[in-house]
Amino acid sequence: MVDFDKLKSKVGKVEVTTGGVLKSNGSSARNKTGGWRAMRPITNKDVCVGCGLCWAICPEGCIRKDASGKFSADLDYCKGCGICANECPVKAISMVEEKK
Amino acid sequence: MKEIAEASHAISEAVKMAKPAVIAAYPITPQTHIVERLSEMVANGEFKTEYINSDSEFAAISSCLGSSAAGVRSYTATSSQGLALMNEILYIVSGMRLPICMTVANRALSAPINIWNDHQDTMSVRDCGWIQMFAETAQECFDLTLMQFKISEDKRVLTPSMVCIDGFTLTHVYEPLHVPKQEAVDDFLPGYTPQHAVLDPDYPMTLGAIGFPSHYMEIRYTQNKAILDSLNVIKEVYQDFSKRFPVEIKNTRPEEYNHVERYRTDDAETILISLGSVCGTIKDVVDELRAKGEKVGLLKLITYRPFPKESIVKTLKNAKNVAVVEKAFSPGLGGVLYNEVATLLYENQLKPKMRDFIVGLGGKDVTLNHIREIVKNTKEDKGPVEQWMF
Repeated sequence: MVDFDKLKSKVGKVEVTTGGVLKSNGSSARNKTGGWRAMRPITNKDVCVGCGLCWAICPEGCIRKDASGKFSADLDYCKGCGICANECPVKAISMVEEKK
Repeated sequence: MKEIAEASHAISEAVKMAKPAVIAAYPITPQTHIVERLSEMVANGEFKTEYINSDSEFAAISSCLGSSAAGVRSYTATSSQGLALMNEILYIVSGMRLPICMTVANRALSAPINIWNDHQDTMSVRDCGWIQMFAETAQECFDLTLMQFKISEDKRVLTPSMVCIDGFTLTHVYEPLHVPKQEAVDDFLPGYTPQHAVLDPDYPMTLGAIGFPSHYMEIRYTQNKAILDSLNVIKEVYQDFSKRFPVEIKNTRPEEYNHVERYRTDDAETILISLGSVCGTIKDVVDELRAKGEKVGLLKLITYRPFPKESIVKTLKNAKNVAVVEKAFSPGLGGVLYNEVATLLYENQLKPKMRDFIVGLGGKDVTLNHIREIVKNTKEDKGPVEQWMF
């Protein structure tokens, strides 16, 4: 078992570990990386037929199915690549510009 | 036990005695007899390890990355183009501080296609964050291989290492070799105890995670500090090894290992600096010129990364003439080692006359006459700073 306390050191203003190792797993889920996105996919759930193609092809694996069986992107992780919108057979997904 | 061994086989023997849990290597050109013999040993049941015949050097080093991250001693060997193919993973291994040990048989890089000896392959990866040590003899190949495991795996170091041995002039040459007893090796080099990376489902951890701009530079700083500080650990290991395993066969290694070997440099006015097996040829010329009363000496670098600045400055501080003799160059700049040594001397306000000699690229013989000419041109301040010895 790794003793993480021994791996810690303070450099500049932050604390780092030897080799950047992290205690426990799941850091990818905790790091919200959706902020990189320039375009946001919006699913029109009236048009979506729930085929799940977007879910299957999303390179980030961040498409979720809701209670009604329709699919939409988890914007915490979606990078806005637009593959889902391009491939949707019923054109239910549109890409809109992110505005701050 | 004393024997006559090929330097490649000397390394196979040392690796067997170090008992790595995983050996992953690409078996075809530009591979050497090192892993060929290791695979025979495993097939013959001489020792147990997970031997992976990889489908490329990229795969070999990646497999070692995986096994080392899982917390076991891991070894690979390669050469020239194979090392070039590993490049991307070399940085990842050192950044993750995985203590993988590798042997590199130094050979030229293409093009033109060439399988013979020079140092362009390892010099091209000197910035990858690996410890690099150069051997002159088969005995040094054996000894440095045992020592590299102890150095890399030290909890103060946790940095991968490569022992660099000259292709052909070492890999295919038979020399006297002393092999210590396994018990003595076990005593010197106990099993690997992972400090920061281990596969344990009960205590999951994340390795190789993203480093945002807020932390990347800080983590790289700790990596640099570790390899700089490793100079002390390497010296400790050299001394410990030299004490435990005294010289058994004369002139096959230094009495006491150090970052540099000082050969007749004490009162030398002209000092040559070099790496690897060519140091044997240089020593012969030094002896010849010394017999004629010329004050010549050789500074042989054993540790190349981390760069042993103090040891080099200490050796060169009274020299009037310094010649760097190297088998690599940076196109558009000049000799790699020359530029590093010149910077170091400038930092220390030392200004000997300096010459840079590029020798032996692609297996070109480096002869006694070459070395005589190198000494002459350096002493007499003759010719351009950078000279190619054809």
